[in-house]
Amino acid sequence: MPQRIFITGYGIISCIGNNIEESFNFLLGSKPGTGKINHVQTLLRDELLVGEVTKSLDELFDMAGIQPADGYSRNTLLGIIAAREAFASGRLDQHTELRTGLISATTVGGMDRCELYYNDFLTNDTRNSFIDSYDCADSTEKIAQLLGIHDFTTTISTACSSAANAIMLGARMLRTGKLDRVMAGGCESLTRFHLNGFNALKILDKDSSKPFDINRAGINLGEGSAFLVLESEETLKKTGNVPLCELAGWGNSCEAFHQTASSPDGIGAYLAMKKALDMSGMAPREIDYVNAHGTGTDNNDLSEGRAIEKLFGTRIPLVSSTKPFTGHTTSAAGSIEAILSILCIRNGVVWPNLNFRERIAELSFSPVEKLMTDTEVNAVMSNSFGFGGNDTSLIFRKVEV
Amino acid sequence: MDELILKLKQEVIEQLNLEDITPDDINPDLPLFGEGLGLDSIDALELIVLLEKNYGIKIEDPKDGKKIFHSIRSMAEYITEHKK
Amino acid sequence: MAGAMPPSFIRNNKMERSITSYSLLHDNKVIVNGRIIFYQENIIKFADFLKTVFKQEQLAYPKFYKMDTLSKLGFLAAELVLKEKSIEGYRPEAVGVVLSNSSSSLDTDVAHNETIRDRASYFPSPSVFVYTLPNIVIGEVCIKNKIKGENAFLISETFNGRLLCEYVNELFNNERVEACLCGWVEVMGNSCQAMVALVEKLAPGPDGINGSFKPLLFNEQNLNLLMKHN
Repeated sequence: MPQRIFITGYGIISCIGNNIEESFNFLLGSKPGTGKINHVQTLLRDELLVGEVTKSLDELFDMAGIQPADGYSRNTLLGIIAAREAFASGRLDQHTELRTGLISATTVGGMDRCELYYNDFLTNDTRNSFIDSYDCADSTEKIAQLLGIHDFTTTISTACSSAANAIMLGARMLRTGKLDRVMAGGCESLTRFHLNGFNALKILDKDSSKPFDINRAGINLGEGSAFLVLESEETLKKTGNVPLCELAGWGNSCEAFHQTASSPDGIGAYLAMKKALDMSGMAPREIDYVNAHGTGTDNNDLSEGRAIEKLFGTRIPLVSSTKPFTGHTTSAAGSIEAILSILCIRNGVVWPNLNFRERIAELSFSPVEKLMTDTEVNAVMSNSFGFGGNDTSLIFRKVEV
Repeated sequence: MDELILKLKQEVIEQLNLEDITPDDINPDLPLFGEGLGLDSIDALELIVLLEKNYGIKIEDPKDGKKIFHSIRSMAEYITEHKK
Repeated sequence: MAGAMPPSFIRNNKMERSITSYSLLHDNKVIVNGRIIFYQENIIKFADFLKTVFKQEQLAYPKFYKMDTLSKLGFLAAELVLKEKSIEGYRPEAVGVVLSNSSSSLDTDVAHNETIRDRASYFPSPSVFVYTLPNIVIGEVCIKNKIKGENAFLISETFNGRLLCEYVNELFNNERVEACLCGWVEVMGNSCQAMVALVEKLAPGPDGINGSFKPLLFNEQNLNLLMKHN
C-alpha cells in the first residue's frame, strides 16, 4: 500500500480575504469578491472587473512582516503572506529534523513590478533588482529563504493548472520518500501583461462572471496565493498533527487539442478526473462535490461539463465554480480552490455557483445555486485546467480522527 | 476592390504567418476558415487585430467575426463600408 | 566530425528504461542519434536555422510557421526524435512529456510586451500572447503526435538532469506512463539549445535500433552527457 498523504496546514490570501478565516466568512456571504482595478497600471483600468487584493504594496509588506525593499514583487508578497499562514497552521517550526520542501507555482513571476521598470531599465538602472525578480523561481526562493525551507525548492509553471500540479508533485515526493513534508501551492498577482493578453483573446467578461450559465461571457481575472502543508502517513506519526483532510487522488493529462482552447468533448478533463478517481479507489458516486475549473468562458464550461457527464453519467455530484468569488487567479487557482474545497469538507458546506440563471442547453445538469450548509461532504474533486491543454484534478477526502 | 483584395491577401498571409502560400493560392470567394488554409480561433482573433491596426476598424464581439471573415471578399466589403 | 557516440555513454544491458532516440539542436548544428544531420559553418539567424532544418527534414506541418521560437525549437526537436523511433504503438495516455529550460517563455514575453508598452502602438496580438507560457511547446508536441499523458515543464537556472530523471522515472513507476519525451528546450535572443530524448521500457536489440544507434541507459549521467555533447 502506498503511503497516504494528509493535509495538515493551509494559508490563503485573495480578493475575498487575507487569511483562512476571512475567506471562509466572505464565502458564507454568497457575493462576488471582484471589483474595479485599483493597483494595476493599465489602459484597461476602467473596462474590466477583477479579483484584486485590496491591499497596497506597502500594506502587503507590513502583512508579510518584512521591511519594504526593492526586488519584492506584489506576487512574492502575496506568496509570503499565504505561506506564513500555512507555516503556522502546519506547525512547520516544529520537528526541524524532517526533510521539508517548498513547491510553489506561478506564471507571472515578478512581472507585476518588472513590467513597470523594464522599458527603460537600460538607461535607468535604479530599480534593476526588480528586473531580476521577473524569473518565476525568484518568488519561490524568497519565500523559502524567509521560512527557512532548504531541503528542496522548485517552481512549477503550467498556466492555470500550476498550483494543482505543485500539490501533485509534493504528494509524489512524499510518497516516494524524497521528502517528509512539503509546503505546496502557488501565487499569482494581476499584471498589465496578462490582463492585456486575455483581453486580446476576447475571453474576459466585463461583468461578474457567470460560469455554467447559458449566457456566460468569459473570465474575471483575479490574484492571490494559497499554500497547503502535506505530510505523509509516516511523518504524521512524528509531528502528531491533526490532519485537515486527506489528498486521496490526483491526475494530470494533456488534452492535445489546441494551445488555449479545450476540446469540445473535454477528453483531457475527463482523463485527469478519471485518473484521480481511480487512484483514490472511490466510486464516482462517492464524490459529493466537484469544485469545477468553471472559468465562465463558452469553451471551458461546455467542455468541462461534458467531461463531468462522461465521468459521472446520470449521477452528477454537486458542482459549482467558485471563480465569481475570487476571480480566476490563474496559477494560484489550483491551491486557492483546493482550500475552498477543504473548507467544504471541514465545515459541511457547499459553495454556490454565483450568477447562475439558466442551464447550458447542451448539458444535463445545473450547478449549485444557493449556499448549502449542514451538508455531509466527504469527498471533493477540485479541477484546474491550463492553457497548453494541461489538465489536473485533485481529490480531497475527509479523515475520521 | 481588386486592389484591396490583393492587399488584404498579402496582409492576411503576413499577419497569420502563412508560409508557402501566395496571394494567388487564395480564392477571394472561398471560406477562409474550415478546410483550405487551416485557420483556427486564434487566427480569427488575429484578423480582428489586423482590421484595427491597418484599417482602424474595431470589432468588439468576436462572434461578429464569423460573417466578416468568411472570405477575403467579405472582409474587403466590410472594410470598404466601415473604413474611417 | 565523427558521428559515432562518445565511448563514455553507459550502454543499456538490462531490461531498464532506455533512451531509444534523441536529438540535439544548438545554434547551427543538429544531431540525431549520434549523427550530424545539419551543420552550417556560419551561425545563421536563429529563426532561419529552424526553418531550414524543418524544410530539409520535410516535416509538412503548416502550423509550425505560426509557432513562437520556443515552440518551433521544441517541436522540431521532438519531431526529429519521433521520426527515428515512432510512438504510434502506445495508447495516447501512456505517453508523457517533461521538458525544462531556464528562460521560460521570456523571449516571447518580450515580444508581447512590445505590443502593449505604449498607447501609440497598442495592438496586443492573441497569437503572440498564447505563447507566453513555457508549456505551450509541450501542447504543440502533443497536438501533433496525439499524446495525452502527463506533461510538465520544469524551470531551473541550469540543466538539472537529476530532477528530470527522477520526474520521468516517477511517471513510469506510478503514473502508468510507458514512453516519455524529456529534455531541455531553451531560447533567448539569438541563441537556442535543445536536447530531447525518448525514454521507453526497452532493452536494446542485438543490432540496436536504426542500425548503428543502440539505446542508452536512461539515467542522470547519460542525460548530462547528452547535454554536453551539443
